[in-house]
Amino acid sequence: MNPFSYARPAAVDEAIGLFRPDSRYIAGGTNLLDLMKENVTRPTQLIDITRLPLHDIEETADGGLRIGALVSNADLAWNPLVEARYPLLSQAILAGASPQLRNMATTGGNLLQRTRCYYFYDSTTPCNKREPGSGCSARDGLNRIHAILGHSDSCIAVHPSDMCVALAALEAQVIVQGTGGERRIAFADFHRLPGDAPERDNTLADGELITAIELPAQGFASNSAYLKVRDRASYAFALVSVAAALELDGDRIVSARLALGGVAHKPWRKPEAETVLVGKVANEAAFDEAASLLLAGASGFEHNAFKIDLARRSIARALGEAAKGASR
Amino acid sequence: MSATPTREGATPVAACPISLELNGRTRQLEVYPWTTLLDLLREQLQLTGTKKGCDHGQCGACTVLLNGKRINSCLTLAIMHDGASLTTIEGLAEGDELHPMQAAFVEHDAFQCGYCTPGQICSAVGMIAEGRANGRDDIREQMSGNLCRCGAYPNILAAIEDAASETRERLSAVQQVKP
Repeated sequence: MNPFSYARPAAVDEAIGLFRPDSRYIAGGTNLLDLMKENVTRPTQLIDITRLPLHDIEETADGGLRIGALVSNADLAWNPLVEARYPLLSQAILAGASPQLRNMATTGGNLLQRTRCYYFYDSTTPCNKREPGSGCSARDGLNRIHAILGHSDSCIAVHPSDMCVALAALEAQVIVQGTGGERRIAFADFHRLPGDAPERDNTLADGELITAIELPAQGFASNSAYLKVRDRASYAFALVSVAAALELDGDRIVSARLALGGVAHKPWRKPEAETVLVGKVANEAAFDEAASLLLAGASGFEHNAFKIDLARRSIARALGEAAKGASR
Repeated sequence: MSATPTREGATPVAACPISLELNGRTRQLEVYPWTTLLDLLREQLQLTGTKKGCDHGQCGACTVLLNGKRINSCLTLAIMHDGASLTTIEGLAEGDELHPMQAAFVEHDAFQCGYCTPGQICSAVGMIAEGRANGRDDIREQMSGNLCRCGAYPNILAAIEDAASETRERLSAVQQVKP
């Protein structure tokens, strides 16, 4: 690791005030330190935010939940309110990483983790995300774990988070603070597609700090499922993952949420794939229709075209499990 | 301390004092900001029981208990844990009496080369403290952050199952002493 200076502020304003363009905030550090060891990220200052008062989970006035940015992934997954009201979120978190990593990794940091594209980590190869303008090694390289949706000529990397797929389906809000004060970002607008600027994973401004995530009251607790398909049974990133949530009246669908992980630069949602389910009986025909709409325009590369079919079947299976309900 | 490493154009960075309760003993230490907890243990304190396997959080050989919770010591900076309590494999036994999890690993021959063993044992103790492992499938899933390249998994699983209740008793006894 390259030398850097270290600061440990006690207040959010103080942390933001310390930020310079070559600084990084550090909390759990489980991805950032890895990137620093590989020379992918080389900050000259780390701002340790772990002593900031952002460790609480509180109920909001409108029946939702406000999760402090520093709540660990393990504490969030096992929080009794989250388990009872947002089992989709608990399941998604527990499908990711290892218990050791979940004990360190934080809620805010999970959103900011970077792609696990092999070439992004290998500083001897071209990568537009790591070194803008240098080219993409993955398009014609080993691209089994790469995107089938929303990719661009300059980047085919995917966002690696499981938690974020559930947060997208639950329509969480990201609360951030910068020198200009606080603002809220709808989850769908937080991460971005690569376009011609793949070095930017999200829409945060320089120095802005995530302080909390807010969940709305609707948690789809009775009928939701997180399905993760990967190369080994545990402790691997998703080839495809699905967060499915249904509101049912008998066997008829009142509302639906559907998000995919492992397939794009951000959790993948399409409004038409959800609205098409409304009013329909929850059965395979309806699920297949939703899958086709969600996967419209998908295209693969040499080693990952199989993901399109895999995603189609995973969507149908996840919706089926969600429809069956919490008894599974 | 020795000469301070710097980066071209950057202000020199000095080692910083931290205090750690390490295996029950309070230690006053000086660390550079970029020293990982794992490197502090192995290089500065010669506590080489904690292993450096992959150094990227993928193998679990560096697992230690930070404030009672299992973590990868390779993926965290020592300087961030000023005031914390840390237990390594060297701190589990009481004198010559092995921790029940250590004794069970010996009893079940739960290793071949032994390199992953300290991490496996610390991780297993952390898992029991979490109280979420009910049965073999749960143990397999919740120990997935610890790899064993010799493939001693069946015996590791048997050892953990065997030591689970005694480990639980010891953990609750410790909690009663330290409210």
